[in-house]
Amino acid sequence: MNKSKKCSISIGPIHPALKEPIQIEVLVEGERVKDASFSLGHVHRGIEWMGLRRNPIQIIYLAERVCGICNISHPLAFCIAVENAANIRVPERAEYLRTIYAELERIHSHLLFLGVAAHELGFDSILHYIWLIREKVLDVIEYLTGNRITKAVLMIGGVRRDISKKQIPKIKEMLAYYKKAYEKLCEILLDDPTIKLRTRDIGVLSKEEALKLCAVGPTARASGVKKDTRQDFPYAAYADLDVEAITPDVLLGEIRGDVFDRIIVRLLEIKQSLELIEKCIKELPEGPTLYEPVLQKLLVDLKKVDNEGIALVEAPRGELIHYLRMQNSETLFAWKIRAPTYANMHTIVPMLKDSELADVPIIVASIDPCLSCANRAVLADKEAIIAQEKIHELCVKKTLKIKERLKRWEHV
Amino acid sequence: MGLDALKRSLWVFHINTGSCNGCDIEIIAALTPRYDAERFGVKLVGSPRHADVLLVTGPVTRKMKERLIRAYEQMPEPKIVVVVGNCGSTGGVFYESYNLEGPIDKIIPVDIYVPGCPPRPEAIIHGLAKAWEKLEGMKKCKQQNL
Ligand code: SF4
Repeated sequence: MNKSKKCSISIGPIHPALKEPIQIEVLVEGERVKDASFSLGHVHRGIEWMGLRRNPIQIIYLAERVCGICNISHPLAFCIAVENAANIRVPERAEYLRTIYAELERIHSHLLFLGVAAHELGFDSILHYIWLIREKVLDVIEYLTGNRITKAVLMIGGVRRDISKKQIPKIKEMLAYYKKAYEKLCEILLDDPTIKLRTRDIGVLSKEEALKLCAVGPTARASGVKKDTRQDFPYAAYADLDVEAITPDVLLGEIRGDVFDRIIVRLLEIKQSLELIEKCIKELPEGPTLYEPVLQKLLVDLKKVDNEGIALVEAPRGELIHYLRMQNSETLFAWKIRAPTYANMHTIVPMLKDSELADVPIIVASIDPCLSCANRAVLADKEAIIAQEKIHELCVKKTLKIKERLKRWEHV
Repeated sequence: MGLDALKRSLWVFHINTGSCNGCDIEIIAALTPRYDAERFGVKLVGSPRHADVLLVTGPVTRKMKERLIRAYEQMPEPKIVVVVGNCGSTGGVFYESYNLEGPIDKIIPVDIYVPGCPPRPEAIIHGLAKAWEKLEGMKKCKQQNL
């Protein structure tokens, strides 16, 4: 390839593993990325449109399938929005149960991310190790809700399943297990010189840029923006729990806004979630778990509502917004979802600028996009086809090179 | 079917045609140590040209239809298509959407359906075992010129 010549490479939308389809186009000069852009819409299923044809209780199950990973956050946000519109007061116990479910989901999602990040760097053994310990939280989720992925526990005005006293020891066992695993994870991810060299100062997002692009969630927090919906606009039981937004300086005393910082933030949030669950179990109040157990009656009540509702929820990837309008009818008048990845997607453009081609996969993965990406890259001006594998290979090769260099240093 | 019957490994290409990710993470879970489909030689590959099995999830959105067909056509014969999840098999919760071209069997021929929303990893492995059986059958037929 002529080094000084710029060419554009479009990556996507099919990826062999993980994530959803997205198309990213990068303009490269030699190995350097000069500019980047992306296009979405491969997974557009018209969920909001379909929602307007169903009644609120049916929509819960549709909202669950917006995203298979955040399938507590979406129905939770939807339920809170309906409750706001209809002035429904959720029983206290249900609020705590919701918090527990939401935090379990955060643990599983963050572990998933850490595994994917390791895979993108070429450490497949770490991917397997992390996904192995991730099974523990899925087991507990299955034990509490009856299913591993789509849980269907939320209902307008509460939750559908209670956590009994008999079930608490299993949760406690999980907490103990993860406390141990957490230390090992820190050791693997934070002390390893190769991972550090591979992710430090890569894909930097400055605080100004993060604010300007309205980044949310761990992506924003890793750049030093102290925002967290659980802290700023508490919902469920978070107001009682004193949640604080986590930035990487807690651990290292500095914020660089790079990929490494994003890994740190997610690791720390796993620990935070464990603590929150522990607190919730301890303070779990007694009482009912549903505002209105007879669903037929709930539907009739909802039919009389003429109001709008909005809900903000901190999904694992950041702030999630559901807005809806009800107008004296069985179905909704309007429903709008703003998912966190939608806000975060724009940050990959400044992150990718001036990075190496070999760093593209880890940078894109570092915002934990809820979108699948790159499988085949097409060299636009030569019409040759490079498999995305090759880019992934580049990424892995770079890791190996760094490893070798490290070994040589050790000898000297 | 004993273990000695496993003569060849299945190489799998996974394509997401607009799924909610639920099935996709269960596929990865099926490959990682708890369920460990790799012990049967099942391996995810990065290109359809290397694959024996096409693992499809999602209800096929308009943008993904062409890509699905292209991936299918790039696969060498004999090939097997396994659909994972309800929404790929029938449309599932998304059945009435305006942006769907699916379900998948409307676009490419499907051999095996794994129902569930999402199916458990065990079910996905079961689907792959069925794919293997069918593929072996196809190979035998070809050898005997049937
Ligand atoms: S079958 Fe269900 S879980 Fe699987 S992708 Fe479709 S909606 Fe998601």
